[in-house]
Amino acid sequence: MNPFFRFINSSVGKKVLMSLTGIFLAIFLIEHLAGNLLLLKNDNGEAFNGFAKFMGGNPVVRILEVGLLSLVLLHIFNGTRLWLGNRSARDKGYGAYRLDENTTLQSRMMKISAALVFVFLTVHMKKFWVPARFQGEHDIASLVYYTFQQPFYVIFYLAAFFILGYHLRHGFQSAFQTMGFRTKRYQSLIEFVAVLFWLVLPLGFAVIPLYIYFFGGSPVAVVQ
Amino acid sequence: MKLTLKVWRQNNKNDEGRFVDYAAKDVSPDMSFLEMLDVVNIDLVKKGETPIVFDHDCREGICGSCGMMINGRAHGPGRGIATCQLHMRSFNDGDEITIEPWRAKAFPVLKDLMVDRTSFERIMRAGGYTSAKTGGIPDGNTILIPKPVADEAFDAAACIGCGACVAACPNSSAMLFVGAKVSQLALLPQGQAERETRVTRMVAQMDEEKFGSCSNTYACEAECPKGISVTHIARLNREFVSAQF
Ligand code: HEM
Ligand code: SF4
Ligand code: FES
Repeated sequence: MNPFFRFINSSVGKKVLMSLTGIFLAIFLIEHLAGNLLLLKNDNGEAFNGFAKFMGGNPVVRILEVGLLSLVLLHIFNGTRLWLGNRSARDKGYGAYRLDENTTLQSRMMKISAALVFVFLTVHMKKFWVPARFQGEHDIASLVYYTFQQPFYVIFYLAAFFILGYHLRHGFQSAFQTMGFRTKRYQSLIEFVAVLFWLVLPLGFAVIPLYIYFFGGSPVAVVQ
Repeated sequence: MKLTLKVWRQNNKNDEGRFVDYAAKDVSPDMSFLEMLDVVNIDLVKKGETPIVFDHDCREGICGSCGMMINGRAHGPGRGIATCQLHMRSFNDGDEITIEPWRAKAFPVLKDLMVDRTSFERIMRAGGYTSAKTGGIPDGNTILIPKPVADEAFDAAACIGCGACVAACPNSSAMLFVGAKVSQLALLPQGQAERETRVTRMVAQMDEEKFGSCSNTYACEAECPKGISVTHIARLNREFVSAQF
């Protein structure tokens, strides 16, 4: 077999693929948050729409976007493959099993947090990405302002950010362990940087719906 | 102390198996867990029933054979001990204790609490031997190994191959065991000659045996009687990746 496929199908290789795709997704979140914070500017969404227009029109960004989507799909496909393989590694379960005494809740919840993030991603893409890319919607800012006037979406997004943070609480340090960097020396550095991803980033995202709901964002151009 | 034991009984590999309740009377808090089972077994033999089969040998935490799942914990409650080092004072009078074999596809149950751990043996064999010819005894000072490195290798070498890491892991992964074995030699000069082929073959054999993939829950480290650290898993990952490319 080709050495690359042999690697990627080995137990360690599958995990390395999981951590690389996961970390790239987490890095994407930084760019995504930075762009979204433009929504907080009181300028009728001009800055944000300008940014969205640039992102939509730039061929390099479009290629990166395809890459990002492939990463998401690869992450999900590989995660499912790992989950099924691991499930079959124990054909008969225990009568009593106290995994809770040995592990953190976030590590045990990975598959559930992942499934919930997936549900969120589907709704999120349908809500903003599909109109922007495929339905010629140019005023995404107004669409956002309109969406976050509705308590349902505010709560839905807050819950999603919480769950994403939870996924990364285990996932971030886990990725570095898988890539072999989590040695005694770097352990505390990794835990520190991880806080940026599982706490600061989700909090940053949470500011947007909260601000718009309570302080109105820009005057709302009613869409839909 | 009086206890109720819920013990997994299984006649052979192909038997379905089931939990059977036993009453353990006159248990002294100073007994080890295995001694308590011995006493229960004496009663069973007297009654003409087959005793509960479990693996054991050294009874002092060094051979690694006595593994069993006790109340959902590998080697029972407590940290850093094998089942033979667990004392009955860790339980209370009247407790119900569930006792089961390690559960993993790679560790088929042979009888009752005894499992077949030769999959570990095959991983070791896949790793091969160290071919460096040592010749006569060299002067100690000609092979310099810094003390922290020697300590780290020694910590890894403390693994007794008990399989608690696999049993405790939600994925039945053998990464802590293999990590310890790979680390031990990768750190020392004697292990350098076969460093890359060793890790490649051991991981391939581990996958062949159908152990699961590590998801870094660290349940293994929590249950390991020798306190093997998951930093050895990080080293295993590092060694494996650099051996492939
Ligand atoms: C879209 C739905 C998603 C699914 C279905 C999913 C699934 C998974 C699964 C199953 C794991 C492995 C958990 C384990 O080994 O115990 C995992 C790990 C991880 N995920 Fe996700 N995930 C999703 C979204 C994300 C997103 C959006 C990010 C980043 C922003 C992310 C980052 C990570 C990281 C960093 C890891 C750790 C990799 C490792 O354990 O080595 N995931 N994910
Ligand atoms: S790593 Fe620890 S738990 Fe695993 S086999 Fe070795 S001694 Fe047992
Ligand atoms: S009997 Fe040897 S480790 Fe327990």
